[in-house]
Amino acid sequence: MSRKTEILVVGGGPAGLSAAIVAAQLGSKVLLVDDNPHLGGQLIKQTHRFFGSSARDAGIRGFMIAEELFKEAAGLKKNLTILLNTSVVGFYGDTEAGLLSPERYEKVTFERVIVCTGAVENSLNFENNDLPGVYGAGAVQTLMNVHGIRPGNKILMVGSGNIGLIVSYQLMQAGVEVVGLVEAMQTIGGYLVHASKIRRMGVPIYTGHTIVSALGKDGVTGARLCRLDEKFQVVPNTEFDVKCDCICLAVGLSPLIELFQQADCKMVHVGELGGLVPLHDVNMRTTNPHVYVAGDASGIEEATTAILGGRVAGARATESVHGESAEAGKVVSDAVAELRTLRSGSTGERIRWGREKIEKEIAAC
Amino acid sequence: MLINDGIITRDELATVLPSDERFKKGPVAIIECLQDIPCDPCVSSCPKKAITMKSGITDRPKLDEVKCIGCGLCVPRCPGLAIVVLDMTHAARSAALSLPYELHPVPKVGQVVKGLDRTGKAVCEAKVLKVLSAPKFDRTHVVTIEIPKDRALEVRAIRVA
Repeated sequence: MSRKTEILVVGGGPAGLSAAIVAAQLGSKVLLVDDNPHLGGQLIKQTHRFFGSSARDAGIRGFMIAEELFKEAAGLKKNLTILLNTSVVGFYGDTEAGLLSPERYEKVTFERVIVCTGAVENSLNFENNDLPGVYGAGAVQTLMNVHGIRPGNKILMVGSGNIGLIVSYQLMQAGVEVVGLVEAMQTIGGYLVHASKIRRMGVPIYTGHTIVSALGKDGVTGARLCRLDEKFQVVPNTEFDVKCDCICLAVGLSPLIELFQQADCKMVHVGELGGLVPLHDVNMRTTNPHVYVAGDASGIEEATTAILGGRVAGARATESVHGESAEAGKVVSDAVAELRTLRSGSTGERIRWGREKIEKEIAAC
Repeated sequence: MLINDGIITRDELATVLPSDERFKKGPVAIIECLQDIPCDPCVSSCPKKAITMKSGITDRPKLDEVKCIGCGLCVPRCPGLAIVVLDMTHAARSAALSLPYELHPVPKVGQVVKGLDRTGKAVCEAKVLKVLSAPKFDRTHVVTIEIPKDRALEVRAIRVA
Protein backbone atom coordinates (compact mmCIF):
# COMPACT_ATOMS: atom_id res chain seq x y z
CA MET A 1 0.00 0.00 0.00
CA SER A 2 1.25 3.49 -0.67
CA ARG A 3 0.03 6.99 0.01
CA LYS A 4 0.51 10.30 -1.70
CA THR A 5 0.52 13.76 -0.21
CA GLU A 6 1.86 17.20 -1.01
CA ILE A 7 3.38 17.90 2.37
CA LEU A 8 4.44 15.27 4.88
CA VAL A 9 4.84 16.53 8.46
CA VAL A 10 6.86 14.33 10.81
CA GLY A 11 5.93 14.88 14.45
CA GLY A 12 2.73 16.27 15.94
CA GLY A 13 4.14 18.41 18.74
CA PRO A 14 3.64 22.19 18.82
CA ALA A 15 5.88 22.76 15.77
CA GLY A 16 4.54 19.93 13.61
CA LEU A 17 0.89 20.56 14.50
CA SER A 18 1.27 24.25 13.71
CA ALA A 19 3.09 23.55 10.44
CA ALA A 20 0.39 21.06 9.40
CA ILE A 21 -2.44 23.44 10.34
CA VAL A 22 -0.97 26.38 8.43
CA ALA A 23 -0.14 24.28 5.36
CA ALA A 24 -3.65 22.79 5.32
CA GLN A 25 -5.23 26.22 5.81
CA LEU A 26 -3.25 27.53 2.86
CA GLY A 27 -4.56 24.71 0.65
CA SER A 28 -1.89 22.02 0.77
CA LYS A 29 -2.75 18.35 1.11
CA VAL A 30 -1.00 17.42 4.33
CA LEU A 31 -0.19 14.11 6.00
CA LEU A 32 0.78 14.50 9.67
CA VAL A 33 2.49 11.49 11.24
CA ASP A 34 3.27 10.97 14.93
CA ASP A 35 4.62 7.90 16.70
CA ASN A 36 2.63 8.63 19.87
CA PRO A 37 -0.97 7.56 20.50
CA HIS A 38 -1.95 11.24 20.71
CA LEU A 39 -0.89 14.56 19.22
CA GLY A 40 0.54 17.50 21.12
CA GLY A 41 4.06 16.33 21.91
CA GLN A 42 5.32 17.81 25.16
CA LEU A 43 2.50 20.39 25.28
CA ILE A 44 0.03 17.92 26.77
CA LYS A 45 2.24 17.56 29.87
CA GLN A 46 2.53 21.28 30.49
CA THR A 47 0.14 22.20 33.29
CA HIS A 48 1.76 25.59 33.94
CA ARG A 49 0.87 28.93 32.39
CA PHE A 50 3.01 29.91 29.45
CA PHE A 51 5.14 33.00 29.21
CA GLY A 52 5.31 35.08 26.05
CA SER A 53 3.05 37.64 24.50
CA SER A 54 -0.61 37.83 25.45
CA ALA A 55 -1.22 38.45 21.75
CA ARG A 56 -0.53 34.71 21.43
CA ASP A 57 -0.64 32.14 24.24
CA ALA A 58 0.90 33.79 27.29
CA GLY A 59 -0.91 33.10 30.53
CA ILE A 60 -2.54 29.98 29.07
CA ARG A 61 -1.64 26.54 30.37
CA GLY A 62 0.30 24.38 27.90
CA PHE A 63 -2.23 21.56 27.61
CA MET A 64 -4.95 24.13 26.85
CA ILE A 65 -2.81 25.45 23.98
CA ALA A 66 -2.66 21.86 22.68
CA GLU A 67 -6.47 21.63 22.89
CA GLU A 68 -6.77 24.78 20.78
CA LEU A 69 -4.43 23.33 18.16
CA PHE A 70 -6.38 20.03 18.12
CA LYS A 71 -9.59 21.98 17.49
CA GLU A 72 -8.00 23.89 14.63
CA ALA A 73 -6.66 20.66 13.11
CA ALA A 74 -10.05 18.94 13.44
CA GLY A 75 -11.62 21.69 11.33
CA LEU A 76 -9.24 21.01 8.45
CA LYS A 77 -10.13 17.36 7.69
CA LYS A 78 -10.46 18.03 3.95
CA ASN A 79 -6.76 18.81 3.63
CA LEU A 80 -5.22 17.28 6.73
CA THR A 81 -4.83 13.55 7.35
CA ILE A 82 -3.40 12.42 10.69
CA LEU A 83 -1.70 9.09 11.37
CA LEU A 84 -0.97 8.27 15.03
CA ASN A 85 1.15 5.40 16.41
CA THR A 86 3.14 5.71 13.20
CA SER A 87 6.88 6.25 12.81
CA VAL A 88 8.68 7.65 9.80
CA VAL A 89 11.43 5.07 9.60
CA GLY A 90 13.41 6.50 6.71
CA PHE A 91 13.52 8.34 3.42
CA TYR A 92 13.89 6.76 -0.02
CA GLY A 93 15.31 9.34 -2.36
CA ASP A 94 14.04 12.88 -1.90
CA THR A 95 10.29 12.36 -2.04
CA GLU A 96 9.44 9.03 -0.48
CA ALA A 97 9.28 7.90 3.15
CA GLY A 98 8.54 4.62 4.91
CA LEU A 99 5.79 4.62 7.57
CA LEU A 100 5.58 1.94 10.22
CA SER A 101 2.57 1.42 12.48
CA PRO A 102 1.51 -1.63 14.53
CA GLU A 103 -0.85 -2.56 11.66
CA ARG A 104 1.30 -2.09 8.59
CA TYR A 105 4.31 -0.79 6.80
CA GLU A 106 3.58 1.55 3.93
CA LYS A 107 5.25 4.16 1.80
CA VAL A 108 4.27 7.73 1.19
CA THR A 109 5.39 9.97 -1.64
CA PHE A 110 5.46 13.67 -0.99
CA GLU A 111 6.65 16.92 -2.53
CA ARG A 112 7.93 18.50 0.68
CA VAL A 113 8.55 17.17 4.15
CA ILE A 114 8.60 19.23 7.35
CA VAL A 115 10.55 17.36 10.01
CA CYS A 116 9.56 18.31 13.56
CA THR A 117 11.01 15.41 15.52
CA GLY A 118 11.78 17.47 18.60
CA ALA A 119 14.54 16.50 20.97
CA VAL A 120 15.87 13.79 23.23
CA GLU A 121 16.82 14.36 26.86
CA ASN A 122 20.46 14.45 27.89
CA SER A 123 21.67 12.14 30.62
CA LEU A 124 24.34 12.73 33.23
CA ASN A 125 27.24 10.52 34.28
CA PHE A 126 27.43 9.73 37.97
CA GLU A 127 27.92 6.61 40.02
CA ASN A 128 24.81 4.40 40.16
CA ASN A 129 22.92 6.44 37.58
CA ASP A 130 21.28 3.21 36.39
CA LEU A 131 19.53 2.54 39.71
CA PRO A 132 15.73 2.25 39.53
CA GLY A 133 14.41 5.65 40.58
CA VAL A 134 16.67 7.72 38.35
CA TYR A 135 14.41 9.38 35.78
CA GLY A 136 14.55 11.93 33.02
CA ALA A 137 12.30 14.95 33.56
CA GLY A 138 10.25 14.01 30.50
CA ALA A 139 9.43 10.61 31.99
CA VAL A 140 8.48 12.20 35.31
CA GLN A 141 6.14 14.60 33.52
CA THR A 142 4.62 11.82 31.44
CA LEU A 143 3.97 9.62 34.47
CA MET A 144 2.61 12.47 36.52
CA ASN A 145 0.68 14.62 34.07
CA VAL A 146 -0.38 12.15 31.37
CA HIS A 147 -0.96 8.99 33.43
CA GLY A 148 -1.60 10.45 36.89
CA ILE A 149 1.13 8.39 38.56
CA ARG A 150 3.53 9.80 41.15
CA PRO A 151 7.10 8.84 40.27
CA GLY A 152 8.11 8.80 43.94
CA ASN A 153 7.52 10.46 47.28
CA LYS A 154 10.78 12.35 47.83
CA ILE A 155 12.57 13.57 44.75
CA LEU A 156 15.87 15.28 44.04
CA MET A 157 15.91 17.46 40.92
CA VAL A 158 19.12 17.90 38.94
CA GLY A 159 19.21 20.96 36.65
CA SER A 160 17.89 24.49 37.19
CA GLY A 161 16.77 25.27 33.66
CA ASN A 162 13.10 25.99 33.15
CA ILE A 163 12.30 22.29 32.85
CA GLY A 164 13.93 21.44 36.20
CA LEU A 165 12.22 24.38 37.89
CA ILE A 166 8.79 23.81 36.37
CA VAL A 167 8.77 20.04 36.89
CA SER A 168 9.78 20.59 40.54
CA TYR A 169 6.76 22.85 40.96
CA GLN A 170 4.46 20.36 39.24
CA LEU A 171 5.78 17.58 41.50
CA MET A 172 4.91 19.64 44.56
CA GLN A 173 1.45 20.27 43.13
CA ALA A 174 1.11 16.49 42.83
CA GLY A 175 2.01 16.08 46.50
CA VAL A 176 5.61 14.93 46.00
CA GLU A 177 8.26 16.35 48.29
CA VAL A 178 11.17 17.96 46.41
CA VAL A 179 14.21 17.62 48.69
CA GLY A 180 16.40 19.93 46.66
CA LEU A 181 17.45 21.18 43.28
CA VAL A 182 21.07 20.80 42.16
CA GLU A 183 22.77 23.05 39.59
CA ALA A 184 26.40 22.86 38.48
CA MET A 185 26.54 26.52 37.49
CA GLN A 186 26.86 29.19 40.15
CA THR A 187 23.62 30.79 38.98
CA ILE A 188 20.11 29.56 38.24
CA GLY A 189 19.62 28.71 34.56
CA GLY A 190 15.87 29.16 34.12
CA TYR A 191 13.50 32.02 34.83
CA LEU A 192 14.01 33.39 38.32
CA VAL A 193 10.29 33.68 38.99
CA HIS A 194 10.06 29.88 38.62
CA ALA A 195 12.98 29.48 41.03
CA SER A 196 11.44 31.80 43.62
CA LYS A 197 8.17 29.88 43.34
CA ILE A 198 9.74 26.60 44.52
CA ARG A 199 12.17 28.28 46.92
CA ARG A 200 9.36 29.88 48.93
CA MET A 201 7.77 26.45 49.19
CA GLY A 202 10.92 25.37 51.00
CA VAL A 203 13.01 23.72 48.26
CA PRO A 204 16.75 24.40 48.72
CA ILE A 205 18.47 25.38 45.47
CA TYR A 206 22.06 24.10 45.43
CA THR A 207 23.80 26.17 42.75
CA GLY A 208 27.49 25.32 42.32
CA HIS A 209 26.79 21.70 43.23
CA THR A 210 26.65 18.38 41.43
CA ILE A 211 25.50 14.85 42.12
CA VAL A 212 28.36 12.46 42.85
CA SER A 213 26.38 9.26 43.17
CA ALA A 214 22.95 7.79 43.63
CA LEU A 215 22.74 5.87 46.90
CA GLY A 216 20.91 2.58 47.37
CA LYS A 217 21.09 -1.06 46.35
CA ASP A 218 17.87 -2.08 44.66
CA GLY A 219 16.59 1.41 44.14
CA VAL A 220 17.35 5.01 45.02
CA THR A 221 17.44 5.75 48.75
CA GLY A 222 19.43 8.96 48.53
CA ALA A 223 21.99 10.99 46.66
CA ARG A 224 25.49 12.22 47.43
CA LEU A 225 26.12 15.82 46.43
CA CYS A 226 29.22 17.98 46.48
CA ARG A 227 30.22 21.54 45.73
CA LEU A 228 31.74 22.65 42.43
CA ASP A 229 33.95 25.67 41.89
CA GLU A 230 33.45 28.13 39.05
CA LYS A 231 35.49 25.93 36.73
CA PHE A 232 33.21 22.98 37.51
CA GLN A 233 35.90 21.26 39.58
CA VAL A 234 34.87 19.29 42.66
CA VAL A 235 35.66 21.13 45.89
CA PRO A 236 37.28 18.49 48.15
CA ASN A 237 35.59 17.46 51.39
CA THR A 238 32.26 19.09 50.57
CA GLU A 239 30.24 15.90 50.07
CA PHE A 240 26.93 15.47 51.82
CA ASP A 241 23.98 13.10 51.46
CA VAL A 242 20.31 13.82 50.96
CA LYS A 243 17.53 11.26 51.38
CA CYS A 244 15.22 10.68 48.44
CA ASP A 245 13.58 7.81 46.54
CA CYS A 246 13.80 9.44 43.17
CA ILE A 247 16.36 11.46 41.20
CA CYS A 248 15.07 13.49 38.28
CA LEU A 249 17.51 14.64 35.57
CA ALA A 250 16.67 17.87 33.78
CA VAL A 251 20.06 18.54 32.23
CA GLY A 252 19.18 19.70 28.78
CA LEU A 253 18.00 18.37 25.46
CA SER A 254 19.58 17.46 22.14
CA PRO A 255 17.82 17.84 18.77
CA LEU A 256 16.57 14.56 17.27
CA ILE A 257 18.25 14.68 13.88
CA GLU A 258 18.60 11.21 12.32
CA LEU A 259 16.08 11.92 9.54
CA PHE A 260 17.97 15.04 8.44
CA GLN A 261 21.21 13.13 8.29
CA GLN A 262 19.53 10.46 6.21
CA ALA A 263 18.14 13.13 3.88
CA ASP A 264 21.68 14.45 3.37
CA CYS A 265 20.90 17.81 4.97
CA LYS A 266 24.03 19.69 5.90
CA MET A 267 24.40 19.58 9.68
CA VAL A 268 26.07 22.15 11.87
CA HIS A 269 27.06 22.03 15.53
CA VAL A 270 25.70 25.00 17.49
CA GLY A 271 26.17 24.61 21.23
CA GLU A 272 23.65 27.36 22.03
CA LEU A 273 20.97 25.42 20.16
CA GLY A 274 21.68 22.09 21.84
CA GLY A 275 24.21 20.49 19.48
CA LEU A 276 23.94 19.24 15.91
CA VAL A 277 21.10 20.84 13.96
CA PRO A 278 20.24 20.83 10.26
CA LEU A 279 21.44 24.03 8.64
CA HIS A 280 18.36 26.03 7.59
CA ASP A 281 17.42 29.45 6.25
CA VAL A 282 14.88 31.96 7.58
CA ASN A 283 12.20 30.01 5.74
CA MET A 284 13.10 26.90 7.81
CA ARG A 285 14.29 25.16 4.64
CA THR A 286 17.30 22.89 5.02
CA THR A 287 20.06 22.42 2.45
CA ASN A 288 17.94 19.62 0.93
CA PRO A 289 15.27 21.72 -0.85
CA HIS A 290 12.59 19.09 -0.17
CA VAL A 291 13.16 19.16 3.58
CA TYR A 292 11.99 21.80 6.08
CA VAL A 293 12.55 21.84 9.83
CA ALA A 294 10.79 23.40 12.83
CA GLY A 295 10.68 23.13 16.61
CA ASP A 296 13.39 21.74 18.88
CA ALA A 297 14.87 19.78 15.94
CA SER A 298 15.97 23.18 14.56
CA GLY A 299 17.47 24.21 17.91
CA ILE A 300 16.35 23.67 21.50
CA GLU A 301 14.01 26.45 22.58
CA GLU A 302 10.45 26.22 23.85
CA ALA A 303 6.89 25.58 22.71
CA THR A 304 5.85 29.09 21.69
CA THR A 305 8.84 29.56 19.40
CA ALA A 306 8.27 26.00 18.11
CA ILE A 307 4.71 26.97 17.16
CA LEU A 308 5.97 30.07 15.33
CA GLY A 309 8.76 28.18 13.54
CA GLY A 310 6.19 25.58 12.52
CA ARG A 311 3.95 28.28 11.08
CA VAL A 312 6.84 29.64 9.00
CA ALA A 313 7.75 26.16 7.73
CA GLY A 314 4.12 25.29 6.90
CA ALA A 315 3.63 28.52 4.95
CA ARG A 316 6.92 28.38 3.06
CA ALA A 317 6.60 24.68 2.22
CA THR A 318 3.14 25.41 0.81
CA GLU A 319 4.52 28.26 -1.29
CA SER A 320 7.24 26.02 -2.67
CA VAL A 321 4.53 23.59 -3.86
CA HIS A 322 1.78 26.01 -4.93
CA GLY A 323 3.67 29.24 -5.62
CA GLU A 324 3.95 32.43 -3.63
CA SER A 325 0.87 33.89 -1.96
CA ALA A 326 0.21 37.06 0.02
CA GLU A 327 -1.63 34.99 2.63
CA ALA A 328 1.39 32.77 3.26
CA GLY A 329 3.67 35.81 3.27
CA LYS A 330 1.55 37.35 6.02
CA VAL A 331 1.75 34.20 8.16
CA VAL A 332 5.53 34.30 7.83
CA SER A 333 6.04 38.00 8.49
CA ASP A 334 3.79 37.88 11.57
CA ALA A 335 5.59 34.83 12.94
CA VAL A 336 9.05 36.27 12.25
CA ALA A 337 8.14 39.50 14.05
CA GLU A 338 6.86 37.55 17.05
CA LEU A 339 9.98 35.39 17.13
CA ARG A 340 12.17 38.47 17.16
CA THR A 341 10.27 39.85 20.15
CA LEU A 342 10.38 36.59 22.08
CA ARG A 343 14.12 36.25 21.57
CA SER A 344 14.94 39.81 22.61
CA GLY A 345 16.21 40.61 26.09
CA SER A 346 18.92 38.94 28.14
CA THR A 347 17.18 35.56 28.51
CA GLY A 348 17.13 35.23 24.72
CA GLU A 349 20.80 36.08 24.31
CA ARG A 350 22.14 32.55 23.82
CA ILE A 351 19.42 31.71 21.32
CA ARG A 352 20.27 34.88 19.36
CA TRP A 353 23.97 33.89 19.28
CA GLY A 354 23.02 30.43 18.08
CA ARG A 355 20.69 31.82 15.43
CA GLU A 356 23.42 34.20 14.21
CA LYS A 357 25.79 31.27 13.74
CA ILE A 358 23.17 29.46 11.64
CA GLU A 359 22.61 32.60 9.53
CA LYS A 360 26.35 33.00 8.92
CA GLU A 361 26.76 29.35 7.95
CA ILE A 362 23.81 29.41 5.57
CA ALA A 363 25.05 32.63 3.97
CA ALA A 364 28.39 30.92 3.33
CA CYS A 365 26.63 27.96 1.70
CA MET B 1 20.96 36.83 45.70
CA LEU B 2 17.97 35.93 43.57
CA ILE B 3 20.12 34.57 40.73
CA ASN B 4 22.02 32.19 43.06
CA ASP B 5 19.29 30.84 45.29
CA GLY B 6 15.90 32.10 44.11
CA ILE B 7 15.52 34.39 47.12
CA ILE B 8 14.91 38.09 46.46
CA THR B 9 17.08 40.22 48.74
CA ARG B 10 15.95 43.42 50.44
CA ASP B 11 17.93 45.51 47.97
CA GLU B 12 16.45 43.66 45.03
CA LEU B 13 12.96 44.05 46.46
CA ALA B 14 13.49 47.79 46.98
CA THR B 15 13.68 48.27 43.20
CA VAL B 16 10.05 47.18 42.73
CA LEU B 17 8.44 48.25 45.99
CA PRO B 18 5.76 50.97 45.97
CA SER B 19 6.52 54.00 48.16
CA ASP B 20 5.62 54.22 51.87
CA GLU B 21 3.16 56.99 51.03
CA ARG B 22 1.40 54.71 48.56
CA PHE B 23 1.16 51.89 51.12
CA LYS B 24 -0.59 54.33 53.46
CA LYS B 25 -3.31 54.90 50.86
CA GLY B 26 -4.56 51.30 50.59
CA PRO B 27 -4.00 48.10 48.64
CA VAL B 28 -1.35 48.12 45.94
CA ALA B 29 0.33 45.53 43.72
CA ILE B 30 3.95 44.48 44.19
CA ILE B 31 5.37 43.02 40.99
CA GLU B 32 8.37 40.91 41.99
CA CYS B 33 9.54 40.32 38.42
CA LEU B 34 13.24 41.20 38.24
CA GLN B 35 14.39 39.59 35.02
CA ASP B 36 13.74 40.67 31.43
CA ILE B 37 11.92 37.52 30.35
CA PRO B 38 9.59 37.52 27.33
CA CYS B 39 6.23 37.84 29.07
CA ASP B 40 3.49 40.46 29.22
CA PRO B 41 0.07 39.19 30.42
CA CYS B 42 0.19 41.53 33.45
CA VAL B 43 0.06 44.56 31.12
CA SER B 44 -3.28 43.61 29.56
CA SER B 45 -4.68 42.28 32.85
CA CYS B 46 -4.76 45.75 34.42
CA PRO B 47 -8.08 47.61 34.00
CA LYS B 48 -6.39 50.87 35.04
CA LYS B 49 -3.45 50.55 32.64
CA ALA B 50 -1.12 50.90 35.61
CA ILE B 51 1.35 48.28 34.33
CA THR B 52 3.51 49.17 31.35
CA MET B 53 6.53 47.89 29.47
CA LYS B 54 8.62 50.45 27.68
CA SER B 55 10.47 48.52 25.04
CA GLY B 56 8.49 45.39 24.25
CA ILE B 57 7.67 42.17 26.05
CA THR B 58 11.15 41.44 27.40
CA ASP B 59 11.10 44.69 29.33
CA ARG B 60 10.36 44.44 33.05
CA PRO B 61 6.87 45.49 34.05
CA LYS B 62 6.65 48.93 35.61
CA LEU B 63 3.84 49.72 38.02
CA ASP B 64 2.36 53.21 38.20
CA GLU B 65 1.54 53.22 41.91
CA VAL B 66 -0.83 56.16 41.50
CA LYS B 67 -2.94 54.43 38.87
CA CYS B 68 -2.94 51.06 40.69
CA ILE B 69 -6.08 50.54 42.78
CA GLY B 70 -4.95 47.19 44.22
CA CYS B 71 -7.80 45.27 42.56
CA GLY B 72 -5.60 42.19 42.22
CA LEU B 73 -6.66 41.18 38.69
CA CYS B 74 -2.99 40.91 37.74
CA VAL B 75 -2.29 38.36 40.51
CA PRO B 76 -3.76 35.25 38.83
CA ARG B 77 -2.64 36.34 35.35
CA CYS B 78 1.11 36.31 36.05
CA PRO B 79 2.59 33.00 34.77
CA GLY B 80 5.47 33.48 37.19
CA LEU B 81 3.14 33.86 40.20
CA ALA B 82 5.26 36.90 40.97
CA ILE B 83 2.58 39.47 41.84
CA VAL B 84 0.95 40.05 45.23
CA VAL B 85 -1.36 42.80 46.46
CA LEU B 86 -0.54 44.24 49.85
CA ASP B 87 -2.95 46.32 51.94
CA MET B 88 -1.10 47.97 54.83
CA THR B 89 -4.26 49.89 55.80
CA HIS B 90 -6.17 46.68 56.61
CA ALA B 91 -5.94 47.10 60.41
CA ALA B 92 -3.77 48.77 63.02
CA ARG B 93 -1.35 45.89 63.48
CA SER B 94 -2.07 43.59 60.57
CA ALA B 95 -1.88 43.77 56.81
CA ALA B 96 -3.92 41.95 54.16
CA LEU B 97 -1.88 40.12 51.55
CA SER B 98 -3.39 38.60 48.40
CA LEU B 99 -1.27 35.95 46.73
CA PRO B 100 -1.66 33.34 43.99
CA TYR B 101 -2.17 29.72 45.09
CA GLU B 102 -2.13 26.58 42.94
CA LEU B 103 -1.93 23.71 45.44
CA HIS B 104 -4.22 21.30 47.23
CA PRO B 105 -6.00 21.71 49.52
CA VAL B 106 -7.40 25.17 48.84
CA PRO B 107 -7.85 26.90 52.21
CA LYS B 108 -11.25 27.99 53.51
CA VAL B 109 -12.15 31.49 54.65
CA GLY B 110 -11.48 31.80 58.37
CA GLN B 111 -8.92 28.99 58.38
CA VAL B 112 -5.56 29.72 59.99
CA VAL B 113 -2.58 28.71 57.81
CA LYS B 114 1.17 29.22 58.03
CA GLY B 115 2.72 32.28 56.41
CA LEU B 116 5.97 31.30 54.68
CA ASP B 117 8.83 33.62 53.85
CA ARG B 118 10.83 33.54 50.60
CA THR B 119 12.84 30.54 51.83
CA GLY B 120 9.75 28.55 52.77
CA LYS B 121 10.20 29.07 56.49
CA ALA B 122 6.99 29.46 58.50
CA VAL B 123 7.28 32.90 60.10
CA CYS B 124 3.73 33.60 61.30
CA GLU B 125 0.15 32.47 61.45
CA ALA B 126 -2.08 33.78 58.70
CA LYS B 127 -5.86 33.97 58.81
CA VAL B 128 -7.57 33.43 55.47
CA LEU B 129 -9.81 36.42 54.71
CA LYS B 130 -10.87 35.63 51.17
CA VAL B 131 -10.44 33.00 48.46
CA LEU B 132 -11.19 33.91 44.85
CA SER B 133 -11.48 31.06 42.35
CA ALA B 134 -13.13 32.57 39.29
CA PRO B 135 -13.34 30.35 36.18
CA LYS B 136 -11.27 32.87 34.24
CA PHE B 137 -8.48 32.50 36.81
CA ASP B 138 -8.16 28.94 35.43
CA ARG B 139 -7.26 27.16 38.68
CA THR B 140 -5.00 29.84 40.09
CA HIS B 141 -6.75 30.84 43.32
CA VAL B 142 -6.18 34.24 44.85
CA VAL B 143 -5.95 33.85 48.60
CA THR B 144 -6.07 36.90 50.87
CA ILE B 145 -4.49 36.44 54.29
CA GLU B 146 -4.18 38.57 57.39
CA ILE B 147 -0.60 38.77 58.67
CA PRO B 148 1.34 40.96 61.12
CA LYS B 149 2.46 44.18 59.44
CA ASP B 150 6.11 43.55 60.22
CA ARG B 151 5.91 40.31 58.18
CA ALA B 152 4.19 41.92 55.20
CA LEU B 153 7.32 42.17 53.04
CA GLU B 154 8.54 38.70 54.05
CA VAL B 155 5.55 36.40 53.68
CA ARG B 156 5.08 35.28 50.09
CA ALA B 157 3.50 31.83 50.38
CA ILE B 158 1.24 29.82 52.64
CA ARG B 159 1.19 26.28 53.92
CA VAL B 160 -2.25 24.81 54.47
CA ALA B 161 -2.09 21.99 57.01
